[in-house]
Amino acid sequence: MIVFEELLIRLRGLERRELSRWVENRWVLPERHAETWVFHEVDVARVELILDIRRDFAIDDEAMGLVLGLLDQVYGLRRQMRRLCDAVATQPPDVQDAIRRALPRNAGG
Amino acid sequence: MAQTPYEVLGVKPDAGPDDIRKSYRKLAKELHPDLNPGKPEAEERFKTVTAAYDLLSDADKRARYDRGEIDESGAERPRYSYRPHAEGAQGWKYGPQGEMDAGDLEDLFAMFGGGARRGPRGGQSQGFAMPGGDRHYSLTVDFVEAAAGAKKRLSLGPENWLDVTIPPGIEAGQVLRLKGKGDPGIGGAPPGDALIEIHIVPHPYFRRDGDNILVELPISLAEAVLGGRVTVPTVTGPVTMTIPKGSDSGAQLRLRGKGIHRRGAAEGDQFVTLKVVIGDSGDAELAAFLEGWAQKHPADPRRGMTP
Repeated sequence: MIVFEELLIRLRGLERRELSRWVENRWVLPERHAETWVFHEVDVARVELILDIRRDFAIDDEAMGLVLGLLDQVYGLRRQMRRLCDAVATQPPDVQDAIRRALPRNAGG
Repeated sequence: MAQTPYEVLGVKPDAGPDDIRKSYRKLAKELHPDLNPGKPEAEERFKTVTAAYDLLSDADKRARYDRGEIDESGAERPRYSYRPHAEGAQGWKYGPQGEMDAGDLEDLFAMFGGGARRGPRGGQSQGFAMPGGDRHYSLTVDFVEAAAGAKKRLSLGPENWLDVTIPPGIEAGQVLRLKGKGDPGIGGAPPGDALIEIHIVPHPYFRRDGDNILVELPISLAEAVLGGRVTVPTVTGPVTMTIPKGSDSGAQLRLRGKGIHRRGAAEGDQFVTLKVVIGDSGDAELAAFLEGWAQKHPADPRRGMTP
């Protein structure tokens, strides 16, 4: 967990007004605490992700919102998929087998 | 936070190679170990300055440093990868537009022809029930809030929040469980819980030792010699404390019951360590007085320290 100013020092090349704008746009959701923003690991990783996308793919602000929205949907689905897989994994072997047998037929349809 | 190599050399981040070389030579002359024998701090600084110059005098390394690819020591900077976070316990935070996850899951079951909704073929579907998952949150509290307890509001969005009661004496890394505040259940199953991991911001002068609070209290020379009443901060507000006459620096006073009151545990105390600060009282008048006084009162507080 690090605060706004520390993150700016850690990620050289990231400007204060940029990071402020990302927080305003709700692309990053740090925690508000005592007049500053607290970034947890997931938030720092997300800031680095935004930096990478911007630099490597020359994505501007307008497209960034769309890119992040799509990414979030993919990760949201992956989290759901994992929950479902976990639920299946706790079933008795015969139920798991039945699901496995049923999957290819239905997934194609 | 470590100094940047620019700060170490005392140059601006846009300084040219000549300025950097000039500044390095000046510092190197000043700090060279051969010119400062027996001064380990000069040698330490000399090493730091040399390392900073090694980095900034190499145009390639300097560029990589400026881009944030390497750190002050030239080592590759560790990077956070986003995916494990996005799919991990904290991932819910960046879920698609704050939608309820349950809806997505029901869609998924519908796709497989089961679930609470009618399957695509309109046939009979068996009711499907699945308890909601737990949600993981982080909450940062002040040292004093953690010590004395507090009510906090964890914001989850513009119109959505959780009220969290921080019990007195909570410790960093502790996880609070709010029952039923996680993902909603499906098909009438119960919702999951909210699990809130607590982070604590260190305090500028309070420290914690179990349920006791430690604080170092600066006092003036006059207060140490003459004693007196002083105001001391505690985690539950300021209290008045008497300093005994002739208190030494380092003496420890106990404020009974002014520490942490954890439920079901004995009350903690606050331990105040006195620190005599000469500061402004070290003026010429005092010095003149002490010169005369010391001659009349020869004392050696280090007697008995001979090895």
